Amino acid sequence: MIGILVQGASWLSLGIGAAFILIGALGIIRLPDFWSRIHAAGIIDTAGVGFITLGLMLQAGFTLITLKLLLIAVFIFITGPTATHAIANAAFAARLRPFALAGDESGTFDSGKKKS
Amino acid sequence: MHKAIALGAALFAFWLVLSGHYTPFLLAMGMFSVLLTLLIVQRMDAIAPEVTPSHLRPGLITYWCWLAVEIIKSSAAVARVILSPRPAIAQKIIFVPTSQTSDMGRVIFANSITLTPGTVTVETQDGYFTVHALNEAAADLAALAAMDKRVSAVEARR
Amino acid sequence: MNMFAAACAALFVAMLLILIRSFMGPTLYDRVLAVNAFGTLTVLLIGTMGFLTGRPDFLDIALLYALINFIGTIAALKFFRYRSLGKAAPKGAARQEDA
Repeated sequence: MIGILVQGASWLSLGIGAAFILIGALGIIRLPDFWSRIHAAGIIDTAGVGFITLGLMLQAGFTLITLKLLLIAVFIFITGPTATHAIANAAFAARLRPFALAGDESGTFDSGKKKS
Repeated sequence: MHKAIALGAALFAFWLVLSGHYTPFLLAMGMFSVLLTLLIVQRMDAIAPEVTPSHLRPGLITYWCWLAVEIIKSSAAVARVILSPRPAIAQKIIFVPTSQTSDMGRVIFANSITLTPGTVTVETQDGYFTVHALNEAAADLAALAAMDKRVSAVEARR
Repeated sequence: MNMFAAACAALFVAMLLILIRSFMGPTLYDRVLAVNAFGTLTVLLIGTMGFLTGRPDFLDIALLYALINFIGTIAALKFFRYRSLGKAAPKGAARQEDA
């Protein structure tokens, strides 16, 4: 009984993860500019990785494999946002600006720059 | 010195997890590689003060659980934006004030902001972060302030 | 239907889409972002493949790939920002670049 439950949870988790990854990839193709695509990549890095590794962990049970999967997940959860921040910061320093900022934000953007 | 020992213990635990074979010869090889790594790190003078996260509070676990729920919620929100026939994107740049005192706390807060889909930390300055948000719902200053308070509670006071 | 095969198929499709973006990407940063996401998906693909073929030892390779992917992204960004990999970044170089 427990076995079936764990299998079901694992399959559900893998399915949700795969769905999030497909949506994120679709967003990377579909969204209009770099600054919005970053958020689509963020979905892959967090929800996609989290759910897929959770599903695999449920399959593996309490073994060394689960520990390795946990290591991979923790590692990606630490480096993922760091890499995303590095890319965003590099683009920002290269004066790449979001298209269609809501309202009159261009002024805000530059005032933020001067303060630094 | 105790930092080097802690680093060595962490490295050896990592080696044990990755190895999976526990014969005396392989354990000796693991010990040898850990010592070699310690020697190189010592030579590089790169033993960081944050090498052991022992100065963080145990509340970190509950913070991670809270963060996981937040990530799932905002992932669903961003997924809805991507899947809608005409994506409702209203990009904003917001400035988020920070109240952390240690570098570690600031790193945790900045990474948490980036981990939550819909917001990305673009630049870190003294006392505030420049954050890019996908739309109006993601650029919720009150929610970010709540996260800031939680991170400050987790971070250890020196 | 094997769930691992389905997950692998989804990962393949997603990687194909991301590869298209990395070829199309109008700016350099689009490409770096796409390659970084591609690497993350490769890690997941290697892990899932290991389970599909019943050889979870593949996870070691996945972990190694995760490490290389992060270093590679940072190295590419550093090179395009400072045009050098060896030298340490001068203090406030980004600021001077802007001015």
